[in-house]
Amino acid sequence: MKRKVSTLTSLVAGALLATSVAAETELTVYTAVEAEDLARYAATFNEANPDIKINWVRDSTGIITAKLLAERDNPQADVVWGLAATSLLLLKSEGMLEAYAPMGVEKLDAKFVDGDNPPAWVGMDAWVASVCYNTVEAEKAGLTPPTSWQDLTDPQYAGHVIMPNPNSSGTGFLDVSSWLQIFGKDGGWEYMDALHNNIARYTHSGSKPCKLAAAGEIPIGISFAFRGAKSKAAGAPLEIIVPSEGVGWDMEATAIVAGTANLEAAQKLVDFTVTLGANEMYNTGYAVVAYPGVAKPVEHFPTNLLDKMIDNDFEFAANNRAEILKEWQSRYDGKSDPK
Amino acid sequence: MSTPSTNITSMPPGPVIKSKLSRDDIVMRGGMVVIALYLIVTLAFPLYAMLSKSFSTYRFELSQYEMQVSDQDGVFDGTVLNPVDLNAATGAFEDADFSAGSDSRLAVTKLFPDFSFRSPVMYQIRNAQPGGRFLVGSTLHDDMEWLTLDSNSFRRVQLRPVKSTGVDNFVNYFSTPALFNSVKNSLVIAVISTVVTVTLAFWFAYALNRSCMRFKGVFRLIAMAPILVPSLLPGIALVYLFGNQGMLKELLFGASIYGPIGIVIGSVFFTFPHAFLIISTALAISDARLYEAAVSLRASPWRTFWTVTIPSARYGLISAGFVVFNLVITDFGLPKVIGGQFNMLAVDIYKQVIGQQNFEMGAVVSVVLIVPAIFAFALDRYVQSKQVATLSARSVPFQPSPNAKMDRIFLIYSSLIGLFIVGILAVCQFAALVKFWPYDLSLSLNNYQFDKMDGGGWNSYYNSIKLGLLTAVIGTSVIFFGAYLVEKSNGFRVGRSLFQMIAMLPMAIPGMVLGLAYIFFFNNPANPLNVIYGTMAILVISAVTHFYTVSHLTAVTALKQMDREFESVSASLKQPTMKLFTRVTVPVCLPAVLDISIYLFVNALTTVSAVVFLYSPKTSLASIAVLNMDDAGDIAPAAAMGMMIFYTNAGARIIHLILSKGVLRRTQAWRAR
Repeated sequence: MKRKVSTLTSLVAGALLATSVAAETELTVYTAVEAEDLARYAATFNEANPDIKINWVRDSTGIITAKLLAERDNPQADVVWGLAATSLLLLKSEGMLEAYAPMGVEKLDAKFVDGDNPPAWVGMDAWVASVCYNTVEAEKAGLTPPTSWQDLTDPQYAGHVIMPNPNSSGTGFLDVSSWLQIFGKDGGWEYMDALHNNIARYTHSGSKPCKLAAAGEIPIGISFAFRGAKSKAAGAPLEIIVPSEGVGWDMEATAIVAGTANLEAAQKLVDFTVTLGANEMYNTGYAVVAYPGVAKPVEHFPTNLLDKMIDNDFEFAANNRAEILKEWQSRYDGKSDPK
Repeated sequence: MSTPSTNITSMPPGPVIKSKLSRDDIVMRGGMVVIALYLIVTLAFPLYAMLSKSFSTYRFELSQYEMQVSDQDGVFDGTVLNPVDLNAATGAFEDADFSAGSDSRLAVTKLFPDFSFRSPVMYQIRNAQPGGRFLVGSTLHDDMEWLTLDSNSFRRVQLRPVKSTGVDNFVNYFSTPALFNSVKNSLVIAVISTVVTVTLAFWFAYALNRSCMRFKGVFRLIAMAPILVPSLLPGIALVYLFGNQGMLKELLFGASIYGPIGIVIGSVFFTFPHAFLIISTALAISDARLYEAAVSLRASPWRTFWTVTIPSARYGLISAGFVVFNLVITDFGLPKVIGGQFNMLAVDIYKQVIGQQNFEMGAVVSVVLIVPAIFAFALDRYVQSKQVATLSARSVPFQPSPNAKMDRIFLIYSSLIGLFIVGILAVCQFAALVKFWPYDLSLSLNNYQFDKMDGGGWNSYYNSIKLGLLTAVIGTSVIFFGAYLVEKSNGFRVGRSLFQMIAMLPMAIPGMVLGLAYIFFFNNPANPLNVIYGTMAILVISAVTHFYTVSHLTAVTALKQMDREFESVSASLKQPTMKLFTRVTVPVCLPAVLDISIYLFVNALTTVSAVVFLYSPKTSLASIAVLNMDDAGDIAPAAAMGMMIFYTNAGARIIHLILSKGVLRRTQAWRAR
């Protein structure tokens, strides 16, 4: 009996000791990274930092952004890990980000780091616009593969192109802002006017055009390369075309939320996100990552993608977003309305 | 003669006689107040929050800033420029340019006509009042210090708007053609769908009630099937039937299913059972004597139809029309899936809120959407109140007589309708089982691996079941108890009629509007109820409130059949009312209680609109998964999940049927003699 008690005491003491040794810091991390990747990311981080526990809050880009903005005066997140840079710029312009230069940030491609010093956010990987081209359906319709954005305005593609609506899809906005940068403001709208004549319809989400192309519902879907590669791997008769003028892109990035109570742990996490190991981890899904020389080719990914990425002006995109979307809506929304 | 009256008036007023409140009365009134409070907190307050949000606007206030410009050598002479004056001098911005959204920015260089980013002129800017905000690039400045910038940096200055109130949002809405068009689109689609559905449902109900065709039971069962699936499901089936890779796309002769055609066909599918039920009830009761009179007056069948049948069913037809109209105009799932570029009001709310995070504009569209919904609801109530009993005690029930030719025509017609309904469901099931439509038609269960898709995986399915059960149990208890209190308590007339009125309100409020109102009300950190935001509790509350009215009416109808004598008897036996409620009322009304539960369960599983703004990653639902998987382009898994909802609801129906039968035998034996 006595022995039993002592075992019990030692067990309790052991348990107490264990908790005090681990003295875990818990970080609330907001993210838009695909759910299936999160566990892997946390596990890799914990190999080096076993004393910091990550509590994920995951949702789609738009919703996480809205959530962060709604909590502006009473932030719940410690760190944002894996959210579109355009969204982080919005947060930055609300003064919600804690500027911090993580250890080793100088090794990253400058394109992937916020221009301020110290940077408010650092990039992880890029998702790049591309055209998904269904070879089987295109042949049935007698189409020739386009090689450039301009090609897509050719009358032969009338009714054969689908793209995401920039008002509801980040990918759609990335396309529109890239055209305005490639062709200039007037040229960009002229281009979209011409393209609009060929568009069958605009979808709400950015991945749907490519999935519709994969399913043969439409021959050409303007989407992003990552989605196309996935559908191609699933057996869809797809060609992923990178238009010759260059393609728009956005990146997933990391930032510390201003006012966090766990600044030290948050900095450790951001330090980790720029390491070589972390970038290798991003590379499993993304062909373009922030750390130069890391990226190994991803299966079915177009090889010339990196060269074709435009010199994206994120500040332009963020500061003109409201105006561009309003203009777009007044020009193209409600396509099927009788004229 | 006048003496007695003088006498009476001159008499001192006697004490006002007031019946004493018994403890029971207090308990019942207390209960009623609690449930009324529930409805006020979950309905009136959120709607008020939404209304005030629709008037919350953002504006650029130039008076909040001050600027200075240097000479060519970069020396400031200390003159402080007020941007309001600058704008008055240059006319750079018109008043309309100052109305903004929460995310708007305004570049300031237009205020300086001779601005050039190459010039050596320096600029200074500061917030003249606390609360002013501007950006340089994307760096926020909200203090009141002067900031000195060279021309090239000054180019990057963006003013941020401040909050104010006004009708700007509504002005903005009605001056944006793309948005305003949706009003017209929604009305047109709703009217067309109503006419088509009511016509089809009328002949179907007519065939079932007034002909001697065979298989009536089967047809009745099939007609009710669409109630068991979310409204998006027919949209998904139509993509497989008439999309560009559709099995039957030639039938459309080149027209696109994405747009009005698809929305109308899908709407007919999902509103059919509602219209059929109402019209069928109206046709079921009829007076055979009128038909005998018509025959003896040698009226042709056609004339009899127009002068006897239609007038006696007119209230049912009108009611069905309003119900269908309301369902179509407030539905969001179907036009989202099959609407293509054809904008409808309910989809606009979703686009504004989820796509653009423009909550203010979402609130404006909601207010616009409430108007036709409430109008249709009020009109229906008005027409119903005009209804008088057509069936008197002397009526003779109409019995259809066999007519080989007509019966065959009706059988063919009903089979076509049945084929349409079964066909839509079968296509979805087929699509869910095909490996990779249209390139690999081998069968597989790949599309059931929900955990690999966006949408919450199998968890969302289990969450849905949980929501359905919780809504059924909690909702039935609250609603039935509330109906009992209103129906059986004594006195307190004002309170009771007020309660009846509040209980009718949820029917007029579209689910999406309720959901959006909940964001504004419950997601406010200052609200002590904020804790339920993002939990299962808010989903249950929203479902119970959204489906309150029909359940309440069912309960009231059942309770009206019980004589108030029960209460008097129990009072004279000195039994507390609550004992009567649990020992007598509930068992007697058990069929109605079960009906309410199954109604709540099925609707909690199929609704998208009431929960689309309220689910969180942890409480994702099956119906939402259908929406999100379709949105991401995973159409086959969306169909698979939709069919899971169908099977679950069908199973629940069967259990309900068995339970009802057993319960009826045990508790309703006294009804049989």
